[in-house]
Amino acid sequence: MNAPGALDRRAVVAALLHEPGDLLVVTGLGAPGYDAAAAGDQALNFYLWGAMGGAAMVGLGLALAQPDRRVLVLTGDGEMLMGIGSLATIAVAGAPNLAIAVLDNGRYGETGAQHSHTAQGTDLAAVASACGWRSTATAFTMAEVEALRARLLSEPLFAVIRISPAESPRALPPRDGAHLADRFRRALGVAPP
Amino acid sequence: MSPPPWQAEVYAALKSAGIRQIGYVPDAGHAHLIEAAHADPDMQAVVLTTEEEGIALAAGAWLGGQRAALLMQSSGVGNCINMLSLPVNCRMPLLTLVTMRGEWGEFNPWQVPMGRATPAVLTAAGVHVHPADHPGEAAETVAAAAALAFDSAVPVAVLFGQRLIGAKVFVQ
Repeated sequence: MNAPGALDRRAVVAALLHEPGDLLVVTGLGAPGYDAAAAGDQALNFYLWGAMGGAAMVGLGLALAQPDRRVLVLTGDGEMLMGIGSLATIAVAGAPNLAIAVLDNGRYGETGAQHSHTAQGTDLAAVASACGWRSTATAFTMAEVEALRARLLSEPLFAVIRISPAESPRALPPRDGAHLADRFRRALGVAPP
Repeated sequence: MSPPPWQAEVYAALKSAGIRQIGYVPDAGHAHLIEAAHADPDMQAVVLTTEEEGIALAAGAWLGGQRAALLMQSSGVGNCINMLSLPVNCRMPLLTLVTMRGEWGEFNPWQVPMGRATPAVLTAAGVHVHPADHPGEAAETVAAAAALAFDSAVPVAVLFGQRLIGAKVFVQ
């Protein structure tokens, strides 16, 4: 068993998304979306409320389409595990403007906090490295999170952030997918008039 | 051996539709499209480990203002079902070209269940299905599917039948 992380997820995401500028953010379903909404809902956040396992690949399609913008995927360990093959796909595709941060609490938080694989020995940063990601990191402290922030906004980095399994109050972002997609495209200036 | 002309016509139809990203899980029936995509400096060709990755890739491309297409075999359709909630729920286009197995002269019985189920499960998941079984209709079907997908923001699958691509031959 891996020891649970200690970091407060809201403090982590608030630090990562502080003054996001023109950063494009994709969140995996569940708590990472609530964390991003709590840090400040904005049109250039695209929240998945389902499609489990798809967050990283949405990030890749977006990063390839917008090579001059930074894309950050914020997701959980369970969501990343379901899309684990996409770590190989993204490493091979090679999008220099895409980074992934996994908020790893070792739990399936939405379904009763059952232990995920990362609580039982699976190391997603090692998986990413073995898939061909050249740059991976694991953060255990807020000082390490602060140091990761600059790298997540400048490198094709895969980062695991070991957060506490404690639940935070719900902060629900909009959940109408058509609305979220349309406002994102309008804010990016790619929607037809 | 050069590919049959309809495959080059299909690639031209994808280009005319403004496709800039192609996600694929390899299939012999898509071999020419995959090769052409990799050789095209204006196309991003992304090899996937499983087909549902391509649904999410296409969604991300659309969010970023590009058009994508997904190439797969009918056996991969079953891998995509939950991920299809993404384009359906977000009112996004999806264009996928599916090479059929298990429906016309199939040798391998393991391909038959998913091949038989493919049109029904796509339809049940909210995807418009356009079959293409003859060389003369392949490119125009892709062009019409692309127009429907991108102009009306719906998911559309073109099913290339084994009658078109040729049933896989196993030499004993």
